[in-house]
Amino acid sequence: MITVENLSKSFTLHNQGSAVIDVMRGANLSVAAGECVALTGQSGAGKSTLMRMIYGNYFASSGSIRIGDLDLVGAEPRQILALRRDTLGYVSQFLRVVPRVATLEVVAEPLLAVGQDREAARARAEELLRRLNIPQTLWSLSPTTFSGGEQQRVNIARGFAYDYPAMLLDEPTASLDPVNREVVLSLIKEAKARGAAIIGIFHDAEARSEVCDREIDLSGFGVGAAA
Amino acid sequence: MTPLLSVRDIRKTYGSHVGCTDVAFDLYPGEVMGIVGESGSGKTTLLNCLAGQLTPDQGQVVFGTREAGPRDTLQMSEPERRMLRRTDWAFVHQHARDGLRMNVSAGGNVGERLMAVGARHYGDIRDSAADWLGRVEISEARIDDRPTTFSGGMQQRLQIARNLVTNPRLVFMDEPTGGLDVSVQARLLDLLRGLVRDMGLSAIIVTHDLAVVRLLADRLMVMKDGHVIETGLTDQVLDDPQEPYTQLLVSSVLQV
Amino acid sequence: MSDYNFAYLDEQTKRMIRRAILKGLAIPGYQVPFASREMPMPYGWGTGGVQVSAATLTPDDTLKVIDQGADDTTNAVSIRKFFERTADVATTSKTAEATVIQTRHRIPEEVLSEDQILVYQVPIPEPLRFLEPRETETRKMHALEEYGLMHVKLYEDIARHGHIATSYAYPVEVQGRYVMDPSPIPKFDNPKMEMAAIQLFGAGREQRIYALPPYTKVVSLDFDDHPFEASKAPHACALCGAEDSYLDEVITDDQGGRMFVCSDTDYCESRRAAGHVGKDAA
Repeated sequence: MITVENLSKSFTLHNQGSAVIDVMRGANLSVAAGECVALTGQSGAGKSTLMRMIYGNYFASSGSIRIGDLDLVGAEPRQILALRRDTLGYVSQFLRVVPRVATLEVVAEPLLAVGQDREAARARAEELLRRLNIPQTLWSLSPTTFSGGEQQRVNIARGFAYDYPAMLLDEPTASLDPVNREVVLSLIKEAKARGAAIIGIFHDAEARSEVCDREIDLSGFGVGAAA
Repeated sequence: MTPLLSVRDIRKTYGSHVGCTDVAFDLYPGEVMGIVGESGSGKTTLLNCLAGQLTPDQGQVVFGTREAGPRDTLQMSEPERRMLRRTDWAFVHQHARDGLRMNVSAGGNVGERLMAVGARHYGDIRDSAADWLGRVEISEARIDDRPTTFSGGMQQRLQIARNLVTNPRLVFMDEPTGGLDVSVQARLLDLLRGLVRDMGLSAIIVTHDLAVVRLLADRLMVMKDGHVIETGLTDQVLDDPQEPYTQLLVSSVLQV
Repeated sequence: MSDYNFAYLDEQTKRMIRRAILKGLAIPGYQVPFASREMPMPYGWGTGGVQVSAATLTPDDTLKVIDQGADDTTNAVSIRKFFERTADVATTSKTAEATVIQTRHRIPEEVLSEDQILVYQVPIPEPLRFLEPRETETRKMHALEEYGLMHVKLYEDIARHGHIATSYAYPVEVQGRYVMDPSPIPKFDNPKMEMAAIQLFGAGREQRIYALPPYTKVVSLDFDDHPFEASKAPHACALCGAEDSYLDEVITDDQGGRMFVCSDTDYCESRRAAGHVGKDAA
């Protein structure tokens, strides 16, 4: 489902003396449907950078990133947008939404984007918010005013609302209480069971061993010493 | 999928000064494209060339019309182009007073485009106007008030309603949130986002506000000195800019 | 006879105005620009109508001048005198006897015939002016037949008053093409504009001439659910008893006494001469 081949990335800081920072060279990995793979390596090894490249958020310097039939390297913006809408989900640690939009709408939005009807989308959003223990009194409010933990759970609900064939999870269980941590882990297992290919970053070693089938250490692709 | 708008080789000069040059892109149905750059970078000149408000020196602006398929709007006769401007196209000005009739009621402002394409039933026109005021969050009770009595944010929302009432497919926006308070901006952005999604609108938004494009635009075009220097997916251009100028632009934004 | 050229204007000027008139007749409802001359009367007193009349009159014509339907008001009298003096034409107050009728704000009640010409005095010829102040833009709107704005005006009327409150200078569409200001005639007169006589419109200050050839189709603009109505005061004339004529309200004393009488004085007099009597006729 997800195949990364010979991927390299460097940043050129034009406004700081055109410094070139190589962060990754020759990365390879492959994740099959129904599989969950953890990215590991010390801080700075390029875990987040790789995730962002796979999501199309960072520009790849060379190599290829294939998700389904699409190679993200050199893809048109609209192809990447379609991929994000239909195929590839991303749960980050931070929620970024327009102020004023109700939590329920925020969670239902990915479903509306793929054309599901409003009723079904709302029902699914309610189910997830309930499972993640977001009090019903908050559903009609904008999550921008919520606590950090609540925002994170809203973000997870949004990420799992639609059944993406491929998912990227950036620290999904960080700073969650044990109850909600269990909910998130079961959501990940359910996603695997329906055949999603998942790449995750988990600092929580227990969670990692519970849901991940393999680990890929990025230190081998890093060029940190050259930076 | 065929593009809704195909722009090729647009160039506009003012004497020896280059307004914009070598602009080419395709906009697909449902896409929102942001054009960013500092004042004088040519973004407004480009928008006016695309929307038929200015005639470029050269180039093509091919629009996928409902009836006749792709047509170069620069080669159209003026009646055809004006018809397009009040049916399938919409233009949201930075200053609402440039896009509204200030001495006509809110209902009349919204109804004008309907009447311009032949609506002749007062009750139906008024119902549409009331419906659209609701959709842009203006109380129906204000339908007979003139825009002069509205706040800046309300005027801007009224301008949007007036433009969208004929269900256009392509909306041009010139700094739609410029000059509004931050809280009013957020409301307007949220409204625009909802309308864009629900109506499947395509839009071209000119702004110097990167927060606006992050929320509204799928893709970005960065302009400097009349040239397009970088294009791409909005979050990619903002989070991993490649060109020196874009890096400077992005890093100059104050973080909140 | 005076030292003036026939009908005051020199022949070159009359020729220029006749060209404008002919062009206007060829394109019904289209506002033809013309080089309006200074006339020996102030703007607003009918300088456009006077120039059109001057270019239209021949020595054999019989002229009638009315102001709001009356032959005996200051404006009507002075214009009639002007042409008596400068053109030495016959004048009359009888609608049927006139060949050229210059009017301000009315169409005579009596049906006009093919050998008559009706000349209107027009203050503001541009029907779109109220909503669009730019002349360049209104010209374009006429050229491209973009008349949505005209209905915006009517929409505003209904929104504010519950009905179309425009009661004079009510806009019309001419022969399915140009939208035209019929000059400030009451909307009661609008249906009469489909007539046998030639109608010429002169706006002196605004320097425009427009025209309707005989039997031109003239449609008053309206909405499907608010159709045009040619309204008048719901009374009969107090002097001649006519129920089909446009009425003026006349205050008769300080106690609130009032009466409604025909605004067309010739029509009223002819009816009374024929024996019709209203309720207040002495």
